[in-house]
Amino acid sequence: MWNFPLFPDQASTNAARVDALFLFELGVILFFTLAVCLAIFVLVVRFRRGRIVDRSGPPLEARWLEVTWIVIPLILSMIMFAWSADVYFRLYQAPPDAAEISVVGKQWMWYLQHPEGRSEINQLHVPVGRPIKLKMTSQDVIHSFYVPAFRIKQDVLPGRYTTLWFEPSKVGTYHLFCTEYCGTSHSEMIGTVTVMEPAEYDGWLAAGGAGPSQADEGERLFVQHHCAGCHRGSQVVNAPRLEGVYGKPVPIQDGKEVRFVTADDRYIRDSILMPRQEVVAGYQPVMPSFQGQISEPDLLKIIAYIKSLAAKETGTVR
Amino acid sequence: MSNEEDYLQEYTLRSWLLTTDHKRVGLLYMASITLFFFVGGAAATVMRLELMTPKGDVLGSPDAYNRLFTMHGVIMIFFFLVPSIPAVLGNFLLPLMIGARDLAFPKLNLLSWYVYMTGGLIGIWILLFGGVDTGWTFYTPFSTMFSNTMVVTAALAVFITGFSSILTGLNFIVTVHTMRAPGMTWFRLPLFVWSHYATSLVMVLGTPVLAITVMLVALERLFHIGIFDPKLGGDPILFQHLFWFYSHPAVYIMVLPGMAVISEIVPCFSRRPIFGYRFIAGSSMAIAIFGFLVWGHHMFVSGQSMYAGMVFSIISFLVAIPSAIKVFNWTTTMYKGAVWLDTPMLYALGFIGLFTIGGLTGLMLASLGVDVHVHDTYFVVAHFHYIMVGGAVMAYLGGIHFWWPKMTGRMYPEIWGKLSALIVFVGFNLTFFPQFILGYLGMPRRYYEYSPEFQVLNVMSTAGASILAVGYVMPLVYLLLSLRQPAYAGPNPWGATGLEWQTDSPPPVHNFHDMPVVTAEPYDYSPEAFQEEHDHAVSHASR
Repeated sequence: MWNFPLFPDQASTNAARVDALFLFELGVILFFTLAVCLAIFVLVVRFRRGRIVDRSGPPLEARWLEVTWIVIPLILSMIMFAWSADVYFRLYQAPPDAAEISVVGKQWMWYLQHPEGRSEINQLHVPVGRPIKLKMTSQDVIHSFYVPAFRIKQDVLPGRYTTLWFEPSKVGTYHLFCTEYCGTSHSEMIGTVTVMEPAEYDGWLAAGGAGPSQADEGERLFVQHHCAGCHRGSQVVNAPRLEGVYGKPVPIQDGKEVRFVTADDRYIRDSILMPRQEVVAGYQPVMPSFQGQISEPDLLKIIAYIKSLAAKETGTVR
Repeated sequence: MSNEEDYLQEYTLRSWLLTTDHKRVGLLYMASITLFFFVGGAAATVMRLELMTPKGDVLGSPDAYNRLFTMHGVIMIFFFLVPSIPAVLGNFLLPLMIGARDLAFPKLNLLSWYVYMTGGLIGIWILLFGGVDTGWTFYTPFSTMFSNTMVVTAALAVFITGFSSILTGLNFIVTVHTMRAPGMTWFRLPLFVWSHYATSLVMVLGTPVLAITVMLVALERLFHIGIFDPKLGGDPILFQHLFWFYSHPAVYIMVLPGMAVISEIVPCFSRRPIFGYRFIAGSSMAIAIFGFLVWGHHMFVSGQSMYAGMVFSIISFLVAIPSAIKVFNWTTTMYKGAVWLDTPMLYALGFIGLFTIGGLTGLMLASLGVDVHVHDTYFVVAHFHYIMVGGAVMAYLGGIHFWWPKMTGRMYPEIWGKLSALIVFVGFNLTFFPQFILGYLGMPRRYYEYSPEFQVLNVMSTAGASILAVGYVMPLVYLLLSLRQPAYAGPNPWGATGLEWQTDSPPPVHNFHDMPVVTAEPYDYSPEAFQEEHDHAVSHASR
């Protein structure tokens, strides 16, 4: 019980940035709070009732004073705004080489899937010094993925992918909390993030057994759900091929207009669950919806598979 | 004294329940709001007891805890904080302050109390028979698809109660526009009236959005219309936009009237005109308008676009400026005054201190980078309690003490009043200051169980809550006991300016014996001339 911390661990590269801004703001807050309290104290003592003191000609208005205390807080708060926006963008713009780990939140647990294939529940193992990007979705309600020691948080939404990234800078074990109230066992939807030395991490991955990677799993599901029947060179059905598609703009027929949409995670997910919303120009809206048939973790694997096809040449378009 | 009877003369239940006198409606609200405050406070007390240890061992089930914090929030926001100052002090004082005989629509005013009570009783019914576990924020899709508690009933209670707010706001706006006494120009209005005018605009423009939002939640639950459900093509975040479009301005519905009270008390107990009258009046309007433009700062980590986040962040910083103007102006008002620390002034100074801390920590939440870390943690809990409990409740209590002699004709024992202000201030800080640290350490809110290293700070908070509870019960006791005294407070025990002090205490049924005519600026206090007058009034009142 007497383990009594007053400041959280700093275990990611962004933590120090957030803390620096926080400490600056704390300084400003302390200054103004103390200034107001001191002013009240001095005025109450100096001008208390019954004390003999010069009270003649109290000022009713002083334009210069009002302007001063509008302009100074304005400048200070604009400094805070610019600084905090800079920190915010760093918190959410993952470096391009970040390793991608999938996260699925559900009442009341975290399911985490490494690209190499190993999955975990309520635990996340990551190597120190390597940027990690999380691609997250929820199977039911809104959750929020929060690691205080990394100063990161992002809501995890049903029907949508959100991302979060961090670069762990200190080996150790840290809290993983859900911070969006999600029902009865909200406070039990917790876990740990274990930051390991890279060699140790590779050993940990291998110890899980060299299972199929997420993309390989995705390919198996791709065949199992009969996606391959149409999207892999069938001569009978007229469906777009998927090689080289990921991350590229695709033409969408929108009434008489054609617009372009990037074939990202969101687009692929919607195309599986709501295939008639955004049909590629030149194709008929004939694909059935897989709503309710493919679980969130499996969707992530299928997307990983389609992503792995990105490097390959596009096949014949028709 | 004239032979006209004061408004308290009739005693029958019927005379109270069918009254259209704004003063009596104010007291009806006061009685019911006090009830709800102590119900909501009891819920808070049990929660703090539960959180004294890291394991859930007081309530025994997470469900019970979740229902408790939901009802604490719903009751305190919708049935206490939103109506407290406008419906009690505003109803009672607004017509008196502008020299009117009543509000513009007296029957509508009584109706608003019945609407409020209907919503409130449904709220109590939910509390007794099942509860709701969504939190007062009712976030979808949890509230629409996953919670199996009385969400629709709660939505109904909130929907109904909203109309009392709209009716009150409408009544105030029309009253201020049409019923001012001769000579009461806009820039002679007491700042109390300015603040209530701004508040009323927010009530009338914001509350219908809340009504629509909770109606959509009910429709989605009952008929699965697919507004918020992603499986039906709906948007789970849409609810948050709609909800905060009302609920952020609602914070100003709670705080602007608090500022209204402080703007009356500080000049009176400093014996000098308020510093920068026009800036304070203008800042009330600025807060009301800006308040509608900052709702997205509740959603920096929700997945909304980062550029939207930047816009909401910068506007949130701007809204701090008019609040700062008020704090600086109140403080400056004491310069060259004759400051005297009676109970209302102690509450007012407590308000300024706590509101300053609450407002400045709001800057951290407006800061994108810092908000990511502290969002949905105890830091936020501490921040909004500093504003809403440290601010609005302190102001409410200060106002009750200031105008108690006017409302009832009785004085309360000054020593008990000062003691209660002190206990509330100390108890409040001990309760909520540790929560800032808890939040920065990373303790999420709405947790029934927590990690053991957070315990020491939680124990401090619970200890503070028990002190705070004593501070809140004390005024209830001594104010009620003061009613047994005869009504000897006199028309103006504080030597205050303002039309409400120029009539009897308690005021006659029609407020004024003669139509008042305003010839002076507001807050026409003079620091030198006052001393003797006050000593006389106090000795007269305590006789």
